[in-house]
Amino acid sequence: MSAYSVELKDVRKSFGKSEIIRGATLQVPKGERYAIIGPNGAGKSTLFNLISGRFGVSAGDILLNGRSIVGMKPFEINRCGLSRSFQITNIFHRLTVYENLRCAVLWSLGYKYSFWHRLNGLRDAHERAEAVLEQIGLRRRRNTAAGLLTYAEQRALEIGITIAGGADVILLDEPTAGMSRSESDHAVELIRRVTEGKTLLMVEHDMSVVFGLADKIAVVVYGEVIACDTPANIRGNARVQEAYLGGHAPAEEHA
Amino acid sequence: MSTIMSNTTSVTTTSMRFAPINLGRWLVWSLFAILLVVAPLIFNKGASLSILCQMGTVMIFGLSYNMLLGQGGMLSFGHAVYSGLGAYFAIHAMNLASGGSLPIPVSLIPLVGGIFGMLFGVLFGYVTTKKSGTTFSMITLGIVELVFACSLMFPDFFGGEGGISTNRVMGEKVFGISYGPQIQVYYLIAFWLFISTVGMFAFTQTPLGRIINAVRDNPERVEFIGYNTQWVRYLTLILSAFFAGISGGLSAINFEIVTAENVSAVRSGAILLFTFIGGVGFFFGPLIGAVVGVFLTVLLSDFTKAWQLYLGVFFIVIVMYAPGGIASILMMNLRLMVYKRFGMVAPRLLLMVAATLLACVGGVMIIEMLYHLTLESANGTVMRLFGTEVDAAGVTGWLIALALVAVGALMFWRGRPAFRQAWDQANLEIEELIRKEHA
Repeated sequence: MSAYSVELKDVRKSFGKSEIIRGATLQVPKGERYAIIGPNGAGKSTLFNLISGRFGVSAGDILLNGRSIVGMKPFEINRCGLSRSFQITNIFHRLTVYENLRCAVLWSLGYKYSFWHRLNGLRDAHERAEAVLEQIGLRRRRNTAAGLLTYAEQRALEIGITIAGGADVILLDEPTAGMSRSESDHAVELIRRVTEGKTLLMVEHDMSVVFGLADKIAVVVYGEVIACDTPANIRGNARVQEAYLGGHAPAEEHA
Repeated sequence: MSTIMSNTTSVTTTSMRFAPINLGRWLVWSLFAILLVVAPLIFNKGASLSILCQMGTVMIFGLSYNMLLGQGGMLSFGHAVYSGLGAYFAIHAMNLASGGSLPIPVSLIPLVGGIFGMLFGVLFGYVTTKKSGTTFSMITLGIVELVFACSLMFPDFFGGEGGISTNRVMGEKVFGISYGPQIQVYYLIAFWLFISTVGMFAFTQTPLGRIINAVRDNPERVEFIGYNTQWVRYLTLILSAFFAGISGGLSAINFEIVTAENVSAVRSGAILLFTFIGGVGFFFGPLIGAVVGVFLTVLLSDFTKAWQLYLGVFFIVIVMYAPGGIASILMMNLRLMVYKRFGMVAPRLLLMVAATLLACVGGVMIIEMLYHLTLESANGTVMRLFGTEVDAAGVTGWLIALALVAVGALMFWRGRPAFRQAWDQANLEIEELIRKEHA
């Protein structure tokens, strides 16, 4: 077994003639929290879409726990233990919060496409969904249709769906986007709690979130990982400052 | 040991809604069964038994269609393929059975329809469910046209223009049942309707049944929780085709004839209409849709030539003003009653219903007189409308009709703001109540 949960080897991706990802290389060790930062349009979200199988890579290799996942469908990659959230909230609007979470645990508990099990008789699925409900703090909203939740609650549910299946590699795409200060503090706590002992890779714009959560920061500029280091070193990295921050030091309060 | 104990207690305390056996549900199913048993005793006049039989088969068909549309968000234009082909295989099986070469009782013929419906679901569904959304709809339309074209190309199997006919009374009586009398056919249909309804409801309570809801809401996300959406759609369609086939088998027994119309786009469109009118958002919606649909197509067509116009207008009104169908209208009012707020809206609701009825009577008069003038004026312009003699060429009838429409429309228009206000107020109060309950 590889020591790395996620490994990108010279990954390239072109849309038509324009190359968006130009040889990205990154290694995320097991159990560490990595943040990906970079200017708008640098290819951070594209990188996530490549790792999670939403898009196919043009060249290079992506390894999940030492095994290549290039060419696999999103659901196959998910079954290998990688789960992701979305920047634009992506939940099941007409189902209740509880049903959202129960759907998210079904595959990992082995129920697959079963139409011979009675859903309400599945104790393990029920308990798991309830536990996640408790974790993300939406107990009160258990029977509310997901589409009726507030924005922050929907973001919490988004994270809940992502972690419910018990994947050990979690990808979060801008989990605190559009949140107020107190909401995002809350979200950071939530993310820290639910990714305990897991490998976390997240795209984030809010620097206080990044510095609060990440063990290491990877800086993506023009489809390349130009630096990957501890938050303190990234702050002092001249190349990062030049390329990404335009001479300004990473602001403490970027939001 | 103590940890196990504390675990189980924490589970039971944190999950008060975890109720594997639901008393209310048993009650509803018992009522449904009783209703099926006594329906022919209540409606025992003339053709009502055959209408009940048709409603039963259409109910199964509609419920199976709603597995796709309501539960899976798949708008199929070709669902009659599965019921129709099921019906064809069922009727051939009956003919083989009466010839003595296939030992199968009539009571199990619907199962033959179901199995063949399912097999064609396996075959065609693989193609149609590769895509979702508009593409799915287009492919289903292509398939139904394809099958319909085949039905004219292979007259040996499909019977050409005349279709295939059979005689359901065959072999020895089983427990005194020969299926000669229509009432015996009714109870056969009622039996299969009950079984199928239980089966399809049970489907909604399974992992696949829930995931198909998730696919309806957000197919992309489903791919990221480990499911292949194509498989989810495919398996659901196969099961849906099975029940559609059962309804086809029953209609073969009921009518003793199957024609190309059974596999046509017209039949597919009709079930879409009925299901939508009944309400796709609720499991029982198609049951209502079947009652209303059969009522409109079978009964109304006896009274007026304009029945298709009424059906079309009714469908458009539902789509525009009550997209949840009749079921949602019922459930919204039921909610008001449960929370004891119905009194707030009842007088105004009554006024609106009265206004609508007035305008409708006027509208119907106009349409009927127009039809009479254009189609039947050779037999004289005097016609019977709502029990009175009206001269379609005279002024009086038209004046009364226009007056009714005008008065109805005016009442509706004047009464609407007050009704809407009362309605919104009542619902607001209910939401407030619910919020307090949760807090």
